[in-house]
Amino acid sequence: MNSRPVWLGKPKPIAVALKALALVLICAVVIFPFLVVISTSLATKQQIDANGGYVIWPTEISFEAYKQIFNGTQVSRSIVISVGVTAVGTAFSLACTVLAAYGLSRRQSLFQRGLLSFVLFTLLFAPGMIPVYLMVKQLGMLNTYWSLIIPTAVSAFNIVIVRGFIQAIPHELFDAARMDGAGEWRILRSVVLPNSKAVVAVVGLFIAVGYWNNYFGPLLYLNDTEMWPLQLVMRTFVLENNVTSNAQAIPGYVAPPAQSVQMALVAIATLPILCVYPFLTKHMSKGMLTGAIKG
Amino acid sequence: MAVNQTLPRVNPPPENKLSAQRKMPFLSRLWRDSPLLVMVAPAVIILLLFTYIPLLGSVIAFMDYVPFLGFTGSEWVGWANFSSLFSDTAFWNALWNTAQITFLQIVLFFPVPIVLAVLLNTVAMPLAKRFVQSVIYLPHFLSWVIIVALFQQILGGNGVLNRFLITHGLTPLEIMSNPDTFKLLLTTQAIWKDAGWGTIIFLAAIAAINPGLYEAATIDGAGAWQRFWHVTLPGMRPIIVLMLILRLGDALTVGFEQILLQRDAVGPGAAEVLDTFTYFNGVVDGSWGTATAAGLLKGVVSLLLVLAANKLAHRLGEEGVYRR
Repeated sequence: MNSRPVWLGKPKPIAVALKALALVLICAVVIFPFLVVISTSLATKQQIDANGGYVIWPTEISFEAYKQIFNGTQVSRSIVISVGVTAVGTAFSLACTVLAAYGLSRRQSLFQRGLLSFVLFTLLFAPGMIPVYLMVKQLGMLNTYWSLIIPTAVSAFNIVIVRGFIQAIPHELFDAARMDGAGEWRILRSVVLPNSKAVVAVVGLFIAVGYWNNYFGPLLYLNDTEMWPLQLVMRTFVLENNVTSNAQAIPGYVAPPAQSVQMALVAIATLPILCVYPFLTKHMSKGMLTGAIKG
Repeated sequence: MAVNQTLPRVNPPPENKLSAQRKMPFLSRLWRDSPLLVMVAPAVIILLLFTYIPLLGSVIAFMDYVPFLGFTGSEWVGWANFSSLFSDTAFWNALWNTAQITFLQIVLFFPVPIVLAVLLNTVAMPLAKRFVQSVIYLPHFLSWVIIVALFQQILGGNGVLNRFLITHGLTPLEIMSNPDTFKLLLTTQAIWKDAGWGTIIFLAAIAAINPGLYEAATIDGAGAWQRFWHVTLPGMRPIIVLMLILRLGDALTVGFEQILLQRDAVGPGAAEVLDTFTYFNGVVDGSWGTATAAGLLKGVVSLLLVLAANKLAHRLGEEGVYRR
């Protein structure tokens, strides 16, 4: 596999070696932290102690750290909360995005230009943190999960991307559907959605990653620690070193080292991202980029 | 404007169709398009509630806002919030920190994706290229909590590096909690997270360069370095200028979550930036007016910066974000 054009001639071996070395180093810098975190979370206490606190390759796999995380009430609950907020938020946000994208896709429709400008204008100006907070408060959404879901549900950028794809669907399909007497909702379901599955999937994944990673939203809007999602709980456990609050006082129970419990938490928070990542990369370069360029 | 440029120009309708539609009475158009309007409604309502009204709500920067009294009951104080802001040394400290971090990021972070993209572009094996791309895009999708936690586990006081140093009889390094080098740490984290992702736009720019130019340059005897200097770089220049302008527009926005997570470790003296200043003044301390004033100031200055940078780009013969 070599796409080097003939006219370039043969590359110098030194240049190739240097380039390969640079790329390997760059990849290593990215991969190494993940490797250490996952290895240490899976390693046994003996190996971690013998190695001085971390493990690069576990010789023996132990799930003690993960067991402890799922025994602790707060972490288990926060995982459920994060999954729930992400699922509901993604469904809601995606619905708003696709509906708006189709609603704005027809250049001849009533108020289309004005509404499109209304949406696009938000790309230029972002309101300050305080007025948004006061708005959420005014609407009585403080200390509810809606505060994490609704304020960030609509992004003009996502609407523009999905709209671009909808507009690229051949006109004949719409005309045929209309000829058969289909209304707008029917067209959305039978023409638009089947033809824009890829972009809806990618935009949906981006939205989901955003909800899963949301850290400032819950910090700002949720006072009750019982309601905290995983990202916030992770901050207290990993960055503020509060891991012992989760340990159980069972006689004879040897707690796994704090190090591996912390790393297991980081691994769990990363896992969903790693799971959807292959799908993201598969469509990303094709879908997002062409979508962004075509508009 | 950039926004307008991204609008698709597919299938312009024929002239007669357009005029036929214009003649349609308003009410029948409303009836025909009502499903579309219903579809747009949720998005419009959410944008109205959480973008437009809060934008108008920035007027509390000119009020002595008391949540109990609300917008209508609170007293107008003119520029008092701004003058108390300007006499607050914490505000100037936050502004100075923000400026320093932006400067560091433009000097150290901004070139990295460009260099990476050029390097990636010279990789001839598609499989290797795709692998490297997959690896370096990944950190972009992780939350700042995870990124900071990873850095903590590797470079922190109890992290891998220091344990390695201790077991080998060396003095441990204080990296995560040193106020003097905190801004460099922030920049390093930002590079680790987003430099790979940033290559996408530059790779697209390189891919758009006509390969014939390279061929011609090679036939004229240009070496790899000369081809880079005279073909690749000029080809990327419009995108580089565009990204630089956009970055300047964000000059006052520097990694809010990232800094908030690590502020306690180094203290506000080194870590307070405009956004964290707004957060702690407003949400934590309840000085709504002053905090909103800081936020409003930030928004206005950012807009002015984009306009100024764009003007400069036009002066230099570049296209910038929007055309003249």
